[in-house]
Amino acid sequence: MNRLETKFGEFGGMYVPELLIPALDQLEQAFLDAKEDPEFEKEFKSLLTDYAGRPTAMTLTRNLVANPKVKLYLKREDLLHGGAHKTNQVLGQALLTKRMGKTEVIAETGAGQHGVATALACALLGLKARIYMGAKDVERQAPNVFRMRLMGAEVIPVDSGSGTLKDAVNEALRDWSANYDKAHYLLGTAAGPHPFPTIVREYHRMIGEETRKQIMQKEGRLPDAVVACVGGGSNAIGMFADFIEEPSVRLVGVEPAGKGIHTKEHGATICKGTKGILHGAYTFIMQDEVGQIEESYSVSAGLDYPAVGPQHAYLHDIGRAEYYAVTDQEALNAFQLLARKEGIIPALESSHALAHALNMAEEAEDGTIIVVNLSGRGDKDLAHVTKILGDKL
Amino acid sequence: MAVSKFDGTGRYSGMFAKIKENKQGAFIPFVMLGDPDKQTSIKIIQTLIDAGADGLELGIPYSDPIADGPTIQKASIRALSSGIKPQDCMDIISEIRAQNKDIPIGLLLYSNLVLARGVDNFYAMAEKAGVDSILIADVPIREVASFNQIASAHKIQQILIAPPNASDETLASISELSSGYTYLLGRAGVTGTETEVDIPASALIDKLATYGVAPPVLGFGISKPEQVKAAISAGAAGAISGSATVNIIAEHLDNPEAMQKALSEFVSTMKAATHYE
Repeated sequence: MNRLETKFGEFGGMYVPELLIPALDQLEQAFLDAKEDPEFEKEFKSLLTDYAGRPTAMTLTRNLVANPKVKLYLKREDLLHGGAHKTNQVLGQALLTKRMGKTEVIAETGAGQHGVATALACALLGLKARIYMGAKDVERQAPNVFRMRLMGAEVIPVDSGSGTLKDAVNEALRDWSANYDKAHYLLGTAAGPHPFPTIVREYHRMIGEETRKQIMQKEGRLPDAVVACVGGGSNAIGMFADFIEEPSVRLVGVEPAGKGIHTKEHGATICKGTKGILHGAYTFIMQDEVGQIEESYSVSAGLDYPAVGPQHAYLHDIGRAEYYAVTDQEALNAFQLLARKEGIIPALESSHALAHALNMAEEAEDGTIIVVNLSGRGDKDLAHVTKILGDKL
Repeated sequence: MAVSKFDGTGRYSGMFAKIKENKQGAFIPFVMLGDPDKQTSIKIIQTLIDAGADGLELGIPYSDPIADGPTIQKASIRALSSGIKPQDCMDIISEIRAQNKDIPIGLLLYSNLVLARGVDNFYAMAEKAGVDSILIADVPIREVASFNQIASAHKIQQILIAPPNASDETLASISELSSGYTYLLGRAGVTGTETEVDIPASALIDKLATYGVAPPVLGFGISKPEQVKAAISAGAAGAISGSATVNIIAEHLDNPEAMQKALSEFVSTMKAATHYE
């Protein structure tokens, strides 16, 4: 039986083939043992500090918000090694892989950010990485494919299904069910079967903990709201975790509305999806009336996923966190605005959070403090955005 | 150990008793409902029965089959592309059931298809169509309790999987909860003939017997009569062959007559291999 709670209210669980249960149990055990092991904690902290560059800065925006009495801070995960928050939890899970005596890592990636983080951690720690990526994404994200290969990872294009992230997850799970003896499945977000949502949250929770410390130093009080984008939901849960028990802090998740949530082309699973099971967890998903999974869509590949982490489903259900959706266009506007006004090029994913936070700031009362988790930098998006904006700049 | 088990419709226990009397194991082919289309699918299933199948394992096509290899994934895609919905699958089963009163029919599918219709409603539909058992590929024993109760209420037997890496705790749960038959996994990985079955040591099957699980039927990677023979000799109550059966369909899509003939030959050869002394 499980030593940790496997569900968040009715959400989550372990909806996987029986064959994978021993591997998930072994992972839960390793995670719990590692927590009690000061050596593990020491090595993880040292990698985060000396290799990845933690703590990341927190920046008060100077020109972005019109009302000088409203403060908008950016938690700068874009400055982390690898270019996004992803590196945090990948380092943690890579250490767990070694702890379990496994030598290979299986991962899935959409935009390639989790793949790049996995590749760098495996290069550093001497693990053999194979990364499944939808064939369409391999084409769309060529620079990240090159980065992964440069760091020694094998990138395997997935043709089955829609050839995007969800199919890459399917293929990673299939691989894992044949090779769990020697391979760890290093899942890239706070979704999937237990214990992944819990492990990924715990290995990202320093985002919120640092935010708390930094805002206390700068402002002497907690923020009124923390805002983060939600695809699978890893950066958001990392930001939220330390504030869940602080009722004065609004937890705001921002989903991709794509071309609009009135269309079929979006990835706003909490705002528009329905309850169901995908990739091992009961959560909000995008599906048709008989339960076939529908494809999601977003300009930002990192948010383009038809399910969401089960803890977010739960936080929504009990009303502790609020979830909104932001369109491609609004995100692209925020992307450009941050570049122009503050000299920071954000990831398209993080631009969704920023776009919503800017709306909040506009309507906020004087004295309001908002922190946006700027989960990644936009270098990876430049080719894509250039195509969309063309010579309009 | 004589643990009295939920007997559902009684078709599985009846079938196992009958073939045991005749010194045979069970041969159970798997196909995807609606592959490649509704009418052909009905003909295919009737051919399997006429050729000597002791039971049927039937899939409902799903968009994200994580336990399936390429062969069965493609069968799903063929069925979905021809517009097959779960209701069509139930219709096919109803037609088959109308002509075949005794054969045990099992459904093998993924959890989200069950949830989408409401679990109780789904089991009610299955009962009405004449289904005897349901195996949900992504519902392990740990999550099965809520399905089990509803299954029993609809006289349907919930099939559990015994993986090669099963712990004693898992075997004990199977002992307590299994009915109909136990799906014994022949190896790790996903469905497909690319990787052959490992015939489990008779020690494992003996162990299952001491735990008093429902009759173990070996599946995953079975495509040859020798494998069926070896499985039965090792003490399995039968063998399931999915991808090999589906491959025959895939290879004869442009020639329906040849398809039926090849399926018939395959099933009778595999069935013949279940006879023992």
